[in-house]
Amino acid sequence: MAYSTELRNHQNEQHNFKVRLTIAAIIAFVVFCALGLRFYYLQVKRHDYYHTLAESNRISIVPISPNRGLILDRNGAVLAHNFFVYTLEVTPSKISHLDTTIADLAQLVEISGIDLKRFKKLKSQSHSFESIPIRTHLNEIEAAKFAVNRYRFPGVELKSRLYRHYPQGQLGTHAVGYISRINERDLAQLKEDNVISNYKGTDHIGKGGVEQAFERELHGITGFQQVEIDADGKAVRVLSSAAPTSGNNIVLSIDAKLQAIAEKAFGDRRGSLVAIQPNTGEVLGFVSMPSFDPNLFVDGIDYDNWNALNNSIDKPLINRALKGIYPPGSTFKPFVALAGLEAGKREPPFSIQDAGYFTLPNSRHRYRDWKPSGHGSVDMRKAITISCDTFFYGLAMELGIDRLTDFVRHFGFGQKTGLDIHGEVSGLLPTPDWKKRRFKQPWYMGETVIVGIGQGYTLVTPLQLAYATATLANQGTAIRPHIVNAVVNSKTHVVTPIPLTILDKLDLKMQNLEIVKAGMVDVTLPGGTAASVGANAGYSIAAKTGTAQVIGIKQNERYNEKSINERHRDHALFIAYAPAEAPTIALAVIVENGGHGGSAAGPIARKVMDYFLLGKMPAEEVAPNNVKTPPNTLLPNGATPPTLNAEEEHYD
Amino acid sequence: MISKFISGFFRHIDSVLLACILFAMMVGLLVLYSASGQQFSRVSAQMINMAVALAVMWGVANVQPQLIERIAIPAYLVGVLLLIAVSLFGDISHGARRWLNIGITKIQPSELLKLAVPIMLAWYFSKRESNLTAIDFLIAAVMLAIPVLLIMKQPDLGTAMLVTASGFYVIFLAGLSWRFILGGLALAGALSPVFWSLLHDYQRRRIEILIDPTQDPLGSGYHIIQSTIAIGSGGVTGKGWLNGTQTQLDFLPERTTDFIFAVFGEEFGLIGNILLLILFAIIIARGFVIASQAKSTFSRLLAGSISMTFFTYCFVNMGMVSGILPVVGVPLPLISYGGTSMLTLGLGFGLLMSIQTHKKLVATG
Repeated sequence: MAYSTELRNHQNEQHNFKVRLTIAAIIAFVVFCALGLRFYYLQVKRHDYYHTLAESNRISIVPISPNRGLILDRNGAVLAHNFFVYTLEVTPSKISHLDTTIADLAQLVEISGIDLKRFKKLKSQSHSFESIPIRTHLNEIEAAKFAVNRYRFPGVELKSRLYRHYPQGQLGTHAVGYISRINERDLAQLKEDNVISNYKGTDHIGKGGVEQAFERELHGITGFQQVEIDADGKAVRVLSSAAPTSGNNIVLSIDAKLQAIAEKAFGDRRGSLVAIQPNTGEVLGFVSMPSFDPNLFVDGIDYDNWNALNNSIDKPLINRALKGIYPPGSTFKPFVALAGLEAGKREPPFSIQDAGYFTLPNSRHRYRDWKPSGHGSVDMRKAITISCDTFFYGLAMELGIDRLTDFVRHFGFGQKTGLDIHGEVSGLLPTPDWKKRRFKQPWYMGETVIVGIGQGYTLVTPLQLAYATATLANQGTAIRPHIVNAVVNSKTHVVTPIPLTILDKLDLKMQNLEIVKAGMVDVTLPGGTAASVGANAGYSIAAKTGTAQVIGIKQNERYNEKSINERHRDHALFIAYAPAEAPTIALAVIVENGGHGGSAAGPIARKVMDYFLLGKMPAEEVAPNNVKTPPNTLLPNGATPPTLNAEEEHYD
Repeated sequence: MISKFISGFFRHIDSVLLACILFAMMVGLLVLYSASGQQFSRVSAQMINMAVALAVMWGVANVQPQLIERIAIPAYLVGVLLLIAVSLFGDISHGARRWLNIGITKIQPSELLKLAVPIMLAWYFSKRESNLTAIDFLIAAVMLAIPVLLIMKQPDLGTAMLVTASGFYVIFLAGLSWRFILGGLALAGALSPVFWSLLHDYQRRRIEILIDPTQDPLGSGYHIIQSTIAIGSGGVTGKGWLNGTQTQLDFLPERTTDFIFAVFGEEFGLIGNILLLILFAIIIARGFVIASQAKSTFSRLLAGSISMTFFTYCFVNMGMVSGILPVVGVPLPLISYGGTSMLTLGLGFGLLMSIQTHKKLVATG
């Protein structure tokens, strides 16, 4: 019985299988018939149509490049836009005697030496069948002159092209970026990213800043015309077309006015300022001085201008805010102070008697304070206010390098902040592990001591310092800084704000934060190292000055500002947040070779804060002239090498 | 003596299949010669691919289906593990992670799954044979879904779809209730917006472009526009071998691989297309005959699935090139240039022949 059931099941199953197989066969048959019908449709019914198309495959697809999106500041001021200009373009492969043609053209419209140089450079980088601009920005009269004589110049065309323009010139170039012609490397990258087809008809691509980081948003979607062309390649009629979609507009968090005030305040000094709104991460100002005019790059930069920019000892092309690395100097002290307080060290009423130097146990080496006679009795608050080195030497030693760096790392030291434009460097927060890897040497106690005052191997970027200050102002909550506030869709006008990202959240004791804040507020009050910065402000400023030395000073040698080469003078640093009780702005300023933080960098910060908090524009004044560029210096600036043998410092 | 050797050599070869395969390969070489711009190097490279595939086919045909049943689980597990390895350390090219570098050469494990999945499912259903319940189909669906999801993540939509198809055919032939099939179709329809949202941008774009190729004539729409022009301009009789203007003038992209059918259609016309369809139909029909005559559940299901998968290859490629299916990167079996797909085909045909020629042994055993 069991056997027969199984057999029946088996037969049943075989029968079912055959039914299913038959169904599958029918489906396959029907599908093949459908394919046959499709072939019949293409090859019989529509044969004439396709035959004509193939005969003159002579369908040409002409891309129409989209308008690049605008870049606006937080209040809607235009930082980058496009406008139409006439250009005169030459296709070398269509011209037999290029030089005579150009000479003839020059009779008609002015072609300067710079134009020629640029043309030659572009020609060497392009295929001969590509159309290359020989003159841009023709005026109406020039355009008309050429139009009348066009027949004399086969291979030369008058085109109306959209040009990128940066109406504010060099303002905020390091944040906004610029565009320039697409090169081989860009092409390879576009292919890699699978977007190459969208770049047919596009000559330019964002380089640096927001133009680069938000290329995808700004570019838009290329439109096209499918045109039938005759044997000469001339369009006969348009078969179909699709309009291009403009790129999206980008609204920055940067305030163009604040940016202008800051850049002006630098005068002809080199340096950087980054201002951040602590509770949102919005970057309000992003200064790297000297800056440069991005408009130079749009046409393809000419040789002379490029050389001038590239070879300048001031390195205007370097984005100091992102890539400039400096020892933080005394601006590091508030973070060390907080590390100490949180570890239960140096809580009031603890104080030291400062004799002007610090020594390690069993060592006669003196780590000197910036004030040789010492500061007398110093507690934590006063140590910050007067920037007492001796106090922090001891604190750093007691904390130990690991505990110290583990704590301050929460403020972003030694790592990238994740700013939304490319190229950021991570600075350096030294640890024994790092030193072993880097130099294959053990860590010495003395190196811990000087980290306490922001010296030694420690390096920060201006952005990192501003971010750390903003995190401090925000009571330990670190928010990802961003230069772009929102993307505005060009079609729908829908505004997509950039979401706020909390990167780190430290649980800090309120009383500890208060001590550090009180010390920092006193910095800008009479008796502090930046008393002049706080004078008559009308709001309270929590700040810290700093000085980072450029060259090492030997034991028993004295630093004399007047006798030293200008490029070897100390860098001036200044960090601040205000109003101290409810901060809405936090910033870091570095003036290269500026001397003292309070006097060189502080006033720049004050002007920025006055504008942002009070809406006050700075009074017109003569630019500070204490810094003139001497002609003969060798030390590269921007990135200052840490002085490895510095064990003894002169500080404020 | 010699004739005995020959008959022994061909003992496990199905002559109908072999004749069709060889004929299709000849056609393939002719088209490839034309498509490659009359480069003999391409053709000779493809001949090596074909020789390897035929050798593999012969080898597999001589293996008993019972042995294949036994390697079902290991083959499946190795395949899935390799897919996981790909997702962890695979090489990225063109934005997708499909290849695994194993030192000597790069392999594409997803290709292996095209056969490992139906073998595994056929084995499972043959084990459960007469007591199939809904749970079994659910388990089968999970066994199918694991590799498919891993392949989709690479992302490789074309292969994921073919693996899904090969597994689904086993489930379908095993007797999945019509209620589930229709219900599944309805569910798929309802879930398609979700599926849509899971697709990569470029995959969505391909489907949009299929609906309206003129949307992206500079990019992937260009393929479809040019291939339909090629096929359509071929007319009834075609332009003749080596005379396709679209082909010879370089308008057709990827014309030796995925789009080789456009070359064929242009040069051999509607007549050529219909004959090729008939040739493929004979291969598929022969597979169905083998499936219906097979003696074990495992063999039946596997043979049916392989035949249907072969059909799917043909349909998806021709449909894509003639503009009725999205561009998913599926080669035309036996015709397109390429070693990997040729090898998979050799394995598949070998399995069919093994099933066909070992059934007497099964019956007596």
